[in-house]
Amino acid sequence: MAEYKRSQLLADSPSGYCPGCLHGLATKLIAEVIDELGQADNSLNVISVGCSALNILYWGGDFLSVAHGRAPAAATGIKRVNPERLVFAYQGDGDLAAIGLAEIMSAANRGENFTVIFANNQTYGMTGGQMAPTTLIGQKTTTTVYGRDPATTGYPLKMCELISTLEAPRFVARYALNSPKGVSDARKGIKKAFQMQLDGKGFTFIELLTNCPTNWKMTPLQTFDYMNSNTIPYFKPGVYKDTEANG
Amino acid sequence: MIKINAKYCKSCGYCIRFCPKKILEMGTERNRRGHFYPVVTDPDKCISCGICASMCPDAAIELPAKEGA
Ligand SMILES: Cc1ncc(C[n+]2csc(CCOP(=O)(O)OP(=O)(O)O)c2C)c(N)n1
Ligand code: SF4
Ligand code: SF4
Ligand code: SF4
Ligand SMILES: [Mg+2]
Repeated sequence: MAEYKRSQLLADSPSGYCPGCLHGLATKLIAEVIDELGQADNSLNVISVGCSALNILYWGGDFLSVAHGRAPAAATGIKRVNPERLVFAYQGDGDLAAIGLAEIMSAANRGENFTVIFANNQTYGMTGGQMAPTTLIGQKTTTTVYGRDPATTGYPLKMCELISTLEAPRFVARYALNSPKGVSDARKGIKKAFQMQLDGKGFTFIELLTNCPTNWKMTPLQTFDYMNSNTIPYFKPGVYKDTEANG
Repeated sequence: MIKINAKYCKSCGYCIRFCPKKILEMGTERNRRGHFYPVVTDPDKCISCGICASMCPDAAIELPAKEGA
């Protein structure tokens, strides 16, 4: 393998993320792909509300920090007036699938030419581990103390599946960051989505299955095993839509 | 051979779990923030695959370019 260096898009100080938090790995991957594409000075990170906002002190490139759930709306405006910019929204599952559900569906449906990177850790990490729309059946959170019961709270929302039913999106894929293979696939997926955006193809959506060791009340390594037996079987990784793939 | 920048490390253990050569282990020294960080037990066995670096959430591991390359 070629040399592997810490990206200049990351601050020269430790991130604010908890030990083992995959927000850190996701952020690092995005930075590395932007470097590979030579877009460090042309990229714009639309930072959402949630632990993703810790990137305000960690992300070394241009960014905008916007209201809860509204990153796709903000990214729409930015991209329409700066069409040459590589624009991406980085959103958690509470941000994207709860308060921001209207914005993500509408932006995807309009086929806006930016990329959404969706970090799904199945909880509201920042606010202390409440149930998110993506919380698994039976998963204990501070608001589902006996485990999520679909009779009162419905079923975990599958965002890739939903978005891939829309006409406009061009690339929709999900990756799990708890293994070297998952990380390597995610890197390729993010790169493909960014390249499609740079080529003016339209809306691209990348879901990353992440963790929250702190609120899941597990060690970082325990979250990896939990993801293998619980998260991945429900949120199946894979490419859900790819309008570039022909044979 | 890899370089571990201890100051970024948070002791998650991912690099140790995934090293195919099993040559990483948690050290006994702590960084300034109090986290133990990994050490390479047998540098000669490192194949420079970069898996430890790719799995590190805190970008604490670098793989310098091979000498002469
Ligand atoms: C309008 C508004 N409502 C509620 C909040 C409180 N709040 C902050 S973060 C958050 C949820 C974040 O969860 P998620 O998007 O999953 O991010 P995570 O921390 O898990 O990465 C909520 C409800 C807020 N900041 N603004
Ligand atoms: S609270 Fe959870 S999501 Fe937030 S930084 Fe800590 S581990 Fe990550
Ligand atoms: S580069 Fe590969 S072999 Fe060397 S320490 Fe890292 S994971 Fe192990
Ligand atoms: S993966 Fe990174 S943060 Fe985790 S123990 Fe290894 S060097 Fe430290
Ligand atoms: Mg979350």
